[in-house]
Amino acid sequence: MPKVHDRGGWPNDDPVDHSEHKMEEWERQVDALNGVLGDKGLKNTDQLRRAIESLDLATYESLAYYEKWTAAMEMLLVEQGVMTTAEIDAKVTALKQEQS
Amino acid sequence: MAGDAAARFKVGDQVRIRVGVPPTHFRTPEYVQGKQGKVDTLWGAYPNPESLAYGGDGLPAQPLYQIEFAQTDLWRDYKGSVSDKLLIDIYENWLETI
Repeated sequence: MPKVHDRGGWPNDDPVDHSEHKMEEWERQVDALNGVLGDKGLKNTDQLRRAIESLDLATYESLAYYEKWTAAMEMLLVEQGVMTTAEIDAKVTALKQEQS
Repeated sequence: MAGDAAARFKVGDQVRIRVGVPPTHFRTPEYVQGKQGKVDTLWGAYPNPESLAYGGDGLPAQPLYQIEFAQTDLWRDYKGSVSDKLLIDIYENWLETI
């Protein structure tokens, strides 16, 4: 079976969904963050792709395009010791509390 | 970014795509693996993404080719025209001589 991202003719040969949507603000932010991390030498396109490809099938299928980028950027930052998963989780929890 | 590493193949050569699914990052989709195609274009040599993906320098650079396939060779029961082609970029380390 092909790897999770290798979608030619898989899982079926149905027509590709070409529908577009207007970019959300968070999607623009993810794209901008990706650019900044690239400029800082903390990731390149090949590393981002490698990280996205390492997602398990269930996660890969459940995440939207820019959510995959986000998951991959987190992986690469943790891998390089820039930040820890615990630090990221703590910040997310704090932000959620601010919103509620 | 194209370098001038010596290219093993030239435009018009028939080639076969190597079969393999390494656990690491690679750019050769499975649906072309084991298939025979023709060198359409030599783009030049580029840093190897299989190294760049892990923070490596991508050297030595890999010649990158555009390979042409007949769609009827790639897909069983292909419903389009028999003259439909697929053009896809493949690095030299995935190409085999026929």
